[in-house]
Amino acid sequence: MKKVTTTIEAKTKEIIKKYNQDKSSLIAVLQEIQEQYNYLPKDALTTVKEEMEIPASRIYEVATFYDSFSLTPRGEHVIKLCQGTACHVRGAAAILDKLERTLGIKPGETTSDQKFTLETVNCVGACALGPVMVIDGEYHGQVNMAKVDKIIGPLKKGAQLS
Amino acid sequence: MKIIADTKALHQLQKELKEKWDPQKPMVTICAGTGCRGYGCVRVKEALETEIEKQKLNVGVRATGCFGFCEKGPLVVIHPQKIFYQQVKLNDVPDIVAKTVAKGEIIEKLLYRDPNSGERILKEEDVPFYKKQKRLIFGSNGLIDPTRIEDYLAIGGYCALAKALSEMSPEGIIGEIKKAGLRGRGGGGFLAGAKWESCRKAHGSPKYIIANGDEGDPGAYMDRSLMEGNPHSVIEGMIIGAYAIGANEGFIYVRNEYPLAVMHLTLAIASAREAGLLGKNILGSGFSFDISISKGGGAFVCGESSALFASIEGRAGEPRAKYIHAVEKGLWDKPTVLNNVETWANVPLIINKGADWYASIGTEKSKGTKIFSLVGKINNTGLVEVPMGITLREIVYDMGGGIPKGRKFKAVQTGGPSGGCIPESMLDLPVDFDKLYEVGSMMGSGGMIVMDDRSCMVDVAKYFLAFLQDESCGKCVPCREGVRRMRDILEDICAGKGKEGDVELLETMSQAISDGSLCALGGSAPNPVLSTIKYFRQEYDAHIKKKRCPAGVCKALIKYSINPEKCTGCGMCVKVCPTAAASGEKKKPHTIDNETCIRCGACIESCKFDAINVE
Repeated sequence: MKKVTTTIEAKTKEIIKKYNQDKSSLIAVLQEIQEQYNYLPKDALTTVKEEMEIPASRIYEVATFYDSFSLTPRGEHVIKLCQGTACHVRGAAAILDKLERTLGIKPGETTSDQKFTLETVNCVGACALGPVMVIDGEYHGQVNMAKVDKIIGPLKKGAQLS
Repeated sequence: MKIIADTKALHQLQKELKEKWDPQKPMVTICAGTGCRGYGCVRVKEALETEIEKQKLNVGVRATGCFGFCEKGPLVVIHPQKIFYQQVKLNDVPDIVAKTVAKGEIIEKLLYRDPNSGERILKEEDVPFYKKQKRLIFGSNGLIDPTRIEDYLAIGGYCALAKALSEMSPEGIIGEIKKAGLRGRGGGGFLAGAKWESCRKAHGSPKYIIANGDEGDPGAYMDRSLMEGNPHSVIEGMIIGAYAIGANEGFIYVRNEYPLAVMHLTLAIASAREAGLLGKNILGSGFSFDISISKGGGAFVCGESSALFASIEGRAGEPRAKYIHAVEKGLWDKPTVLNNVETWANVPLIINKGADWYASIGTEKSKGTKIFSLVGKINNTGLVEVPMGITLREIVYDMGGGIPKGRKFKAVQTGGPSGGCIPESMLDLPVDFDKLYEVGSMMGSGGMIVMDDRSCMVDVAKYFLAFLQDESCGKCVPCREGVRRMRDILEDICAGKGKEGDVELLETMSQAISDGSLCALGGSAPNPVLSTIKYFRQEYDAHIKKKRCPAGVCKALIKYSINPEKCTGCGMCVKVCPTAAASGEKKKPHTIDNETCIRCGACIESCKFDAINVE
């Protein structure tokens, strides 16, 4: 994770300034905050409310409507399992079960040691590789249960992705 | 790049670039779409560059957009001979450079092998996957480096724009698009020219142009490949459209899940601006237009026009009533033309080659070509561009190479979550907008998901309802609550708790949901259920009456057993079984206890002797 060098408030102000406080840029601003912190910290949203003069209820509506936003901190490794139709007919549901068993969490949750967040996505459009699992932006194709163990095992022990 | 002042300067620049673009010059192209990146093509490209430098050869390496044949990536083509290598690995690189690049020798094992004849095929165009395609929109993807505007210009890019601005009136352009019969590629199939005309005539300013690159249909990725592989073709189409309707501002709405597409579009817009092809006074015509990118937040409903506008405006993407037309009141309540990415990419082609030529391709009411993504249980996964009217059989068998492992074809699902499943008896259906609609499915954005006899149609219907329940914005009660209830019924059927009359109840609810929802997401939500009931009723009956899942998918209705004749007692299943349901003595046939078995499939995956039966 990126090192927090400035306070959340200052960083958020910086992002908002880039968009000239424009209210229609709310989604873009939230996307940048999420990119920075891996989730939407409460302090950042308070700053957005004050600086952009958008009611907190509307920010909350937008932040909970779109799948890509998270209001809770995500883990060190974000695992996105594709649930597109092509992956589904190739057995993605069984892989999801396997990940749930291996990590002990459901989609949308983070392990208690803050190491893994499990998410499902509708389609990453890499159907030839299906079932596809994306970990920290890296694509893993033709995933089966043995491969899940092979990829997740070392990460559990603290190894970094190559 | 310097600003291109006018049409004359553009043609001059193109001439210079074309001269440098000698197809006879040795060159290695490598597919660098998201699919091939997943196979590790970036490392292969770097290795090619290092190796070519090491062997002191004067040959360039170009990372291009997606070639379409995703099944066999990473894909490499050696020019000028156009030798087509597939599934290239890092350790193949030294040989490729030393033998093929340096001496023109062929490496047999890297050539595509026709599974039917066993023959090795040398050139891309002779591979059956490509042979029947008509790659008008998608063909340049494999030629150009999408990050360089010079490449696009060298193959004649922005010529259509120059022609439109200097020789055609806005009305003339609209007339041409109408005459070509171009229909929207995003799903609705509305006539693009008619949409443009209404928007041009609409009162109110400013007017807006939007490219819809949200591509939410799971299993469809042709828009992504166009945005990644040939972003300038989309931008050129948009500028022409903007000139035709009188807009000065445009947006490309693209999914956040497509980082490479966002990157290439951002680069393309910046370089087009630098060349004066976007911005003020384009090519000295006095016409000004610019484009910004708006990134989606991962909501399927945002592919719907009014939800998409809400999202660009910074709000939650909830659709509004359909009697308000986008061409009059779209983005910020101003006249707006929204077309899909692929539709925009068709525009330069029509302007360049003329409406009559374009209209000669396709069927009576569906003109031109369409890119389909052929995925699922199919041998050749990939993107195919075909003339409208080609049959499903040609797509699935001639290009797709049929079903893997010799299994039996069951259905092809088209149109995404709003579409339907088409059975084997209709494989000879000519594919166009109207024909697909007639059989209870739709074109959608062009996803084709092939299913074999191991795909359960009740499970597929349940899958789509789960998807739609998640993605329903919640505004209309019939969609929000009705889809949830339909899913509950399907969950019960799959769990062996189905009752007589469930199917009829599903049909009644389908009618209510499609009648009572504002937008197309709700209106078409029951389609996957209705089409599977229509064509695969016997599977529903097997689940409900016999408590059987014929495809062996629904966990509550299946049992695992081990065939003692095939089992060697190797113990692999015991090792991988998470619930210790598999057991047995070493070197003697094993057994599975169905009480503790959770049907996770780990034993099937690990068994090398195909000894585990599912019934």
